[in-house]
Amino acid sequence: MSNHDPESEIESIRRILAGEKHLFHDLIRPCERPVFFMLMSILKNETEAEDAAQETFIKAYRNLHLFRGDAQFRTWVVSIARNEGLGRLRKLDNRREDSIDGGPPGSEEATGDFTPAILTSWREIPIETVEREELAALLREAIAALPEIYRNVVLLRDIEEMDIRQTAEALDISEGAVKVRLHRARALLQKSLAPKLKGFAPQRRGWFGRRA
Amino acid sequence: MRIDCKHVWEHISAYIDGEIDPVLRADIDKHLETCEICSAVLDSTRNVVVLIADDRVFDLPAGLSERLHKRLDEEMSAGPPRESLTE
Repeated sequence: MSNHDPESEIESIRRILAGEKHLFHDLIRPCERPVFFMLMSILKNETEAEDAAQETFIKAYRNLHLFRGDAQFRTWVVSIARNEGLGRLRKLDNRREDSIDGGPPGSEEATGDFTPAILTSWREIPIETVEREELAALLREAIAALPEIYRNVVLLRDIEEMDIRQTAEALDISEGAVKVRLHRARALLQKSLAPKLKGFAPQRRGWFGRRA
Repeated sequence: MRIDCKHVWEHISAYIDGEIDPVLRADIDKHLETCEICSAVLDSTRNVVVLIADDRVFDLPAGLSERLHKRLDEEMSAGPPRESLTE
């Protein structure tokens, strides 16, 4: 259903600009998830993120003639969402103490311990053996706990399955930075999730403990 | 070349994405054959990547899409995109 074919996207945009406005509804459907989750990641408030998502799509509509087709439409819209989110965050930050993990988003590479949790008892995907909602809650919690610069990369790359180039364009960072952040994000997720998810899988071997 | 565990961990993400130099991949594969710890780290990291890609982990709030498209209809009834450009 979701159509990422650049040629049909451009054709659809041409028709919207020529007056077939209703086509905009279908054009943006594949963008709704990444836009909302990007804004949730930045704003951490559902009402605010929804409002910002509406604003993002209205801006995309009003500025549609500026879309050049050198990026995927979805990538372009996610970058509008990111700017919208960061703009709102700056306004909010004027009203409250800095409560963002490690400072303003994207301002620096957070330091951290990226060594993995060494655990051999959680090797199979435990989908069949767990309550799915309980598992989903653990995953959401772990992702929410990531520093924002890592969370945004995981969100676009692993959750929305955008490629490295699209992720780099949407976040306005280099492809190298996407790779480094993705690696660190996955390492942090593995570290926080492996011990919690261990209980969900059949116990086969013991806990190996941290390697010296 | 013999590589150590720490070296393997540094490349796990690229290994999972298949974005790794073939020589390094071969070295890592060789290491994984005998290192249970690294193969467990690889498996569990891959599990995380697979699990979070499940659409059911992150759902849009109920009604979000309907509210969005309703607001867009209001916006669109104001005119075609170019004419309503105010920025």
